[in-house]
Amino acid sequence: MGPRNFPFQMSIALKIKNISKSFPGVLANDNIDINIPEATIHAIVGENGAGKSTLMKIIYGMIQPDSGTIEVFNKEQKFNSPKEAINSGIGMVHQHFMLADNLTVLENVVLGLENASLKPINKKKYNDEIESISKKYGMPLDSKITIDDLGVGEKQRVEIIKVLYRGAKILILDEPTAVLVPQEVNELFENLRSLKKEGVTIIFISHKLDEVLEIADGVSVMRGGKHVGTVESSNVSKPDLAEMMIGKSLPKPPKRDTSASKSICLEVKGLNGEVLDSKAPFSDINFKVKKGEILGIAGVEGNGQRELTEAILGVYPIESGQISLNNKDINDLETRTRRSLGVSYIPEDRQSQGLVMDSSLIENAMLGRQTKERYRTKFYNINYKNSKSFSEEIINNYDVRTPGSATLALALSGGNQQKFVVGRELNDEPNLLIASQPTRGIDIGAQALIWEKLRDARDSGLGVLLISADLEELLGLSDRLLVIYEGKIVKELLPKEATPEVLGAYMTGLEQ
Amino acid sequence: MNKILSLVKKRYIVLFPIVCLIFIAQFDKYSELTSSGTFGAALRLCIPICLAGVGAIYSERSGIVNIGLEGMMIMGTWFGAWAGWLYGPWYGVLAGFLGGALFGLIHAIGTVTFQVDHIVSGVAINILAAGVARFLSVVAYADVPSGGATQSPRVDDRISQISIPYLSGGEINDEKTFDLFGSLESLDIFLISDIFGLLGGLTRNISLFSILALSLVPISVWILWSTNFGLQLRSVGEYPVGSESVGVNVYLMKYIGVTTSGAFAGLAGAYLVIESAGIYREGQTGGRGFIGLASMIFGNWKPLGTFLGSGLFGYADSLQLRSEESVHGLLLLIVLILLLVAIRSFFVKKIKSAVGALSVAILFAIWFFNSSTVPNEFVFFTPHITTLIVLSFASQRLRMPKFIGKSYRKGEAT
Ligand SMILES: Nc1ncnc2c1ncn2[C@@H]1O[C@H](COP(=O)(O)OP(=O)(O)OP(=O)(O)O)[C@@H](O)[C@H]1O
Ligand SMILES: [Mg+2]
Repeated sequence: MGPRNFPFQMSIALKIKNISKSFPGVLANDNIDINIPEATIHAIVGENGAGKSTLMKIIYGMIQPDSGTIEVFNKEQKFNSPKEAINSGIGMVHQHFMLADNLTVLENVVLGLENASLKPINKKKYNDEIESISKKYGMPLDSKITIDDLGVGEKQRVEIIKVLYRGAKILILDEPTAVLVPQEVNELFENLRSLKKEGVTIIFISHKLDEVLEIADGVSVMRGGKHVGTVESSNVSKPDLAEMMIGKSLPKPPKRDTSASKSICLEVKGLNGEVLDSKAPFSDINFKVKKGEILGIAGVEGNGQRELTEAILGVYPIESGQISLNNKDINDLETRTRRSLGVSYIPEDRQSQGLVMDSSLIENAMLGRQTKERYRTKFYNINYKNSKSFSEEIINNYDVRTPGSATLALALSGGNQQKFVVGRELNDEPNLLIASQPTRGIDIGAQALIWEKLRDARDSGLGVLLISADLEELLGLSDRLLVIYEGKIVKELLPKEATPEVLGAYMTGLEQ
Repeated sequence: MNKILSLVKKRYIVLFPIVCLIFIAQFDKYSELTSSGTFGAALRLCIPICLAGVGAIYSERSGIVNIGLEGMMIMGTWFGAWAGWLYGPWYGVLAGFLGGALFGLIHAIGTVTFQVDHIVSGVAINILAAGVARFLSVVAYADVPSGGATQSPRVDDRISQISIPYLSGGEINDEKTFDLFGSLESLDIFLISDIFGLLGGLTRNISLFSILALSLVPISVWILWSTNFGLQLRSVGEYPVGSESVGVNVYLMKYIGVTTSGAFAGLAGAYLVIESAGIYREGQTGGRGFIGLASMIFGNWKPLGTFLGSGLFGYADSLQLRSEESVHGLLLLIVLILLLVAIRSFFVKKIKSAVGALSVAILFAIWFFNSSTVPNEFVFFTPHITTLIVLSFASQRLRMPKFIGKSYRKGEAT
């Protein structure tokens, strides 16, 4: 890091003054005061539900504060809609995707750039510009694909390109790196640094403290809706930061020995996915997951992991091959039957696949097992009583911060939604767990908790197929690792012989 | 050649029935299946449905379910007849358009501003429109001898009709020209006469209103898929929170979408009055608004598909009106299509559905060969049955707007 300017020389890009905001049952922002100097990268960290996203949405005009004001470049502003914030030079990448699934990448990027007139969209021009931006920032994208067909990492790129294209002076990034692999994170950071040099002010939210310390100049910590302090990243260590965040020091879970038994939980033989756009997303996949074993799959997003997990679940069609669960062929079974045989699934995108956002947690708790006896009455009605107690079990065991079980899923903070999904899928003693990005967007305290739960479940005989962009998580949890590249398994490794560098080389196809 | 082959491969689901139809039409008894008269009538019958359906796309793509189409269409018929009677047919068209738009606006106020459930508001619109039409008739036609509480006086003038010169016998300088399509059709050659029957039917004696209505199909494709407005409108029905986050005025888009939909349905009503009946009659719309909605679903929320869907309905309707005999030929068509389905299912190893389709095919075959006509009751019902069957096959690959039917409150972001 180069020489830092002294605070008094800097002008303030964004002044947050006494902002408060309450939702039914929670005070999400409690009198927050933060100053963010111009042309710096300022991180905001805090537990799940601390109020970070709420604060950012207030700055962006999406939520109106109960009290307090915002000054942008020393001018007091009151944004009634994001449009006004955009016009004052603020851009935001949201924690959850703000993309229309049935529209193409190009349409999503272009949306809102021009007024809603009958002027035709100059697709060619935009196409070229998006291409050049995605090249410049090292985020390859095909602008003609519909969002439906993209994985979370690619969607994240679309979101980032969307704001970069608009060229904001203040850029808010709410957990942009949660689903990016390390290489992509590095590229993004390079770009953020060059933006900073050009004078852009960046607000950056992440639960990965290493990232925060690497990229940020200043760090503000939030806890329970309050701003507990702002520090310079050069004077603070990771444990200090963690302690500021959760109020106690981080537990370090001991590494455990493998508990894999002899019997096989999931076996996949010669699996080929159905061809999509003249290419099979995965082909000739063979592996076994034993009971009590966590099998990690490493790979850059878009190399067939998503389709593979969906095929095991019975959602993505297969061309040939065999899938068996506990030595029973499940090829021809419907997804519902597979789930009732004890297949659990943590999807990569909690909002579109994991939860029904405008339903309560009680209803969400029984999703995927609604046909089980436990969740219906004699007359095949929904058994709300059991579902309620189950949802409360999850809330307690997984530290989901919510006013109650009747709260709608959309009222939870992102990390708490994730905890709820994980809790639901781990409960009810599944036989096999397919976990895609299980700790995406979860704070470090809760992450340790979930890792612990995953290990406990493994020790009691659960087979887990783990897909994650977080290499630390993959290396720490897996008993065995497979690397997937362009739809093929290219390497099998043991975690102790794999370092992030080695993995990276296989994941990008540099080494075969 | 390769191109043709790949087209056949991709579209055989559509092409196969057409080819079958042409074959069946070779029997004299069923010749009406492909005559120009049938196609001409089909076009006229399909236009109101198509208009309502294409209009509904604007509403549904912006996220608002428009089950009130029927009511908006009723308003189109009433105002169309009233203004047509007073000032002439083109004014009728305009008045129908505005009347429908007004009721579209009411639906928008209900669903967007007051967040009423879309179905509730739509049903209310349908009931309200029927009542308003009756009320207005009583008021407006009290002293008009040929009008009354349930019908209007005749709209005397017609909108002028044209044919294409030389191809379908249109006029140049008031002189009739050669009718190429007509003479080719009457040659009675396999395939040739069928195709030119179709072309002749679609180009002979077409009114300017029909042309206006049909041109709204490609225009809508262009508006919705090529312009900034269209993009914003479609985005709103997919993910309004996202649209708002990039500065789209979500409410405005919904208002425009629903009002446009009403205007199109109003045009459809005016068409019924001015082109078909020449008069407003209570109950004239006869559920065409709902059929329009069905053809929009059939068309997967896209204008061209909607046009096809309404064409299908119009075709069955015109067949039923013109020739009860040839409806019998459709039984054979059903048999052939079911056989195709059976074969297809067999190859993708869905044995159960293959057997199912096969047995139904056999039942229909038995019916076909043991009868010479279809009972009258069924004949009348042909268009609806056709729509139903096709819809049930199509509904498996449909992709409706994601946020449809849900209420959206500004600032309630997740
Ligand atoms: N729309 C809403 N309705 C009701 N409560 C809400 C709503 N949005 C957020 N909250 C509540 O406000 C609090 C702060 O949420 P916020 O999303 O700001 O947390 P966060 O710090 O971004 O957490 P995470 O790291 O999990 O994303 C949470 O308790 C949440 O339940
Ligand atoms: Mg958040």
